[in-house]
Amino acid sequence: MIDINQITETNRMIDAQHLDIRTITLGVSLLDCADSDSARCRERIYEKIVTRAEQLVSVGESIESQLGIPIVNKRIAVTPIALVAAGCRTEDLVPFAETLERAAQTTGVNFIGGFSALVPKGFTPADRALIASIPQALAATERVCSSVAIGSTRAGINMDAVRLMGRTVKEAARLTAHADGIGAAKLVAFCNAVEDNPFMAGAFLGTGEADCVVNVGVSGPGVVKCALEQVRGADFNTVSETIKKTAFKITRMGELVARMASRALNADFGIVDLSLAPTPAVGDSVGHILEEMGLERVGTHGTTAALALLNDAVKKGGVMASSSVGGLSGAFIPVSEDIGMIEAARCGALTLSKLEAMTAVCSVGLDMIAVPGDTPASTISAIIADEAAIGLINQKTTAVRLIPVPGKGVGEEAEFGGLLGRAPIIPVSRYASDDFIARGGHIPAPLNSLKN
Amino acid sequence: MRAVLTVIGHDKVGIIYRVSELLASCNVNIADITQTILQDYFTMIMIVETDACNCSFKELQEKLDALGTTLEMSIRLQHEDIFNSMHRI
Repeated sequence: MIDINQITETNRMIDAQHLDIRTITLGVSLLDCADSDSARCRERIYEKIVTRAEQLVSVGESIESQLGIPIVNKRIAVTPIALVAAGCRTEDLVPFAETLERAAQTTGVNFIGGFSALVPKGFTPADRALIASIPQALAATERVCSSVAIGSTRAGINMDAVRLMGRTVKEAARLTAHADGIGAAKLVAFCNAVEDNPFMAGAFLGTGEADCVVNVGVSGPGVVKCALEQVRGADFNTVSETIKKTAFKITRMGELVARMASRALNADFGIVDLSLAPTPAVGDSVGHILEEMGLERVGTHGTTAALALLNDAVKKGGVMASSSVGGLSGAFIPVSEDIGMIEAARCGALTLSKLEAMTAVCSVGLDMIAVPGDTPASTISAIIADEAAIGLINQKTTAVRLIPVPGKGVGEEAEFGGLLGRAPIIPVSRYASDDFIARGGHIPAPLNSLKN
Repeated sequence: MRAVLTVIGHDKVGIIYRVSELLASCNVNIADITQTILQDYFTMIMIVETDACNCSFKELQEKLDALGTTLEMSIRLQHEDIFNSMHRI
C-alpha cells in the first residue's frame, strides 16, 4: 500500500506549489542533413526534425495525463546551424532560421534552439555568417532561439566574438523594437556552453550527442520555498538538508518522465536537468526562496551566500536521485521571469553588480535583464566579457541574456509576455568600455585549464 | 497497470458508492482503499487496476472528472509510478 501522506504530499507539490516538468526537449542531430546546396540542406533539416519530433507533443501530453503532472513545454534542440550549414557556403543563414520555425510550427513545439555557433577560440566563415544573420533571424521568427559560445575554460575568450555579440544583441533588440526588443530575449552568449541543456534560449545539441535524445528539465522553486517555510529559523545545516531532500524527490520524478518519454519517442535518454527555473507566477520564485532564508529582499547582503547554498544543495539532492543529472542543474536567476527578482529590481535592492556576483555561484549567468535602450554595444560586450571571465576562471557555465529595450530607460519596464515575463529596466555603468572592447583578439585560457 | 485514484473534498453521502459504481462499469478493479480526514477534507485513496478497463486511460479520467464535478470534489487518477519514483528508492 502506498502511503497516503506521500500521495497527498506529491499532489500538494503539483497543485499548490507549482511543481512541474518544465520541459521535455528533444535533441535532434542535423549532422546528416549537411549539403552543398542550401535549399536541399534546409529541406533535409525540415524533414528530419518533423519526422523525429512528430510525436513529441502528443507523447508529452500523454505522460502529463498519466502521471497527473503538468509538462509545461515541449521543445526541440538541434545541432548548431553554423556546423550544419557550413557546406552551403552561403552568407545569409536567415532561411535556415525560417526552416526551423516552420518545423517548430509543424511539430507544435513552442521553442526550437540551435541557431547557434561555437566560437570560443575562433570563427569559421559559417560561424561569421550565422552571427551576422542572428538579428534578422530572430526578428523573422517567433520560436527560434539562438546562442553563441564565445569562451570556455579550455579555450579562453574570443574577444572578437564578444565585440560582435554586443552589436548583435543591440541589433536584435532594434529589429524587434515594437515588442520591447524581444529578439534579444531569444539570444544567449555562453562561456562553457553545455551540450545537453534542455532549457531555452540556450539549448542546442552538441556534436558528442546521439542522433535523437530526450533531455528533461524539472523545476520547482515553489516546492523548495514551501519546504523551507517548515524549518523557519533553523540553522543552515537544516536548510541545506531540507533543500537536498526536496531536490531528490523532484529529480526522481524528472527521471521517470525522461525514461517514459525516451521510450515512447524511441530516442536515447539523455539527462535530467534539475534547475530551479522560476516563472513570473506567484509561488514560483527563486528570489522568494532566498528571501525565505532570511533576506528582506533578494539582492541585499547575504544573497550570494544564500544562492551558493541553494545551488549546491539542489545539485547534491539531484545527483543522489539520478545517475543522469546533467545540463545546467542548479538555480536560475532570470530577472524578468521571477516575481521576487522583479520586485527586488523595481525597488532597487537588486542591481546589475549584485547579479554579476550571484552568477559566480548560480547555475548560469546574467539572464533576462532589461537595460536602457541607449546602452552602447561596447558596454554590452564588456558585460559579456566580465561574465565570461567568471565562467572561465571558475570552470562553470556563465551566460548573458540582456535586452537593451529600445526607446526605454531606467525606471520603465519591458513587457515580454508569457514565460518571458516583464522586467524593470536597471542601470548599467555610465563609464565607457569602448577602448577595452576595441582591442579584440583572444583572452588566453587560464592556468587551471591545463589539467592533463 | 496500477493507478492511484485520489478523491478530495467535503464529506457527503455516497462518495464511495458513486466512485466504485463508475469503476465497476468500466471494469476497473479496486485493489486497495483507504480514507481519512486531512485538514478538514475527506481524502480517499484507491489503488486500482486498469489493465482490463473497457475504455482508455484518458476516457476513464474524463469520466472521473465529470463525476468529480457532479460531487463537487477533486477526483484524480494517476499512474502509481509517479509516487513510487518520488518516495521509494
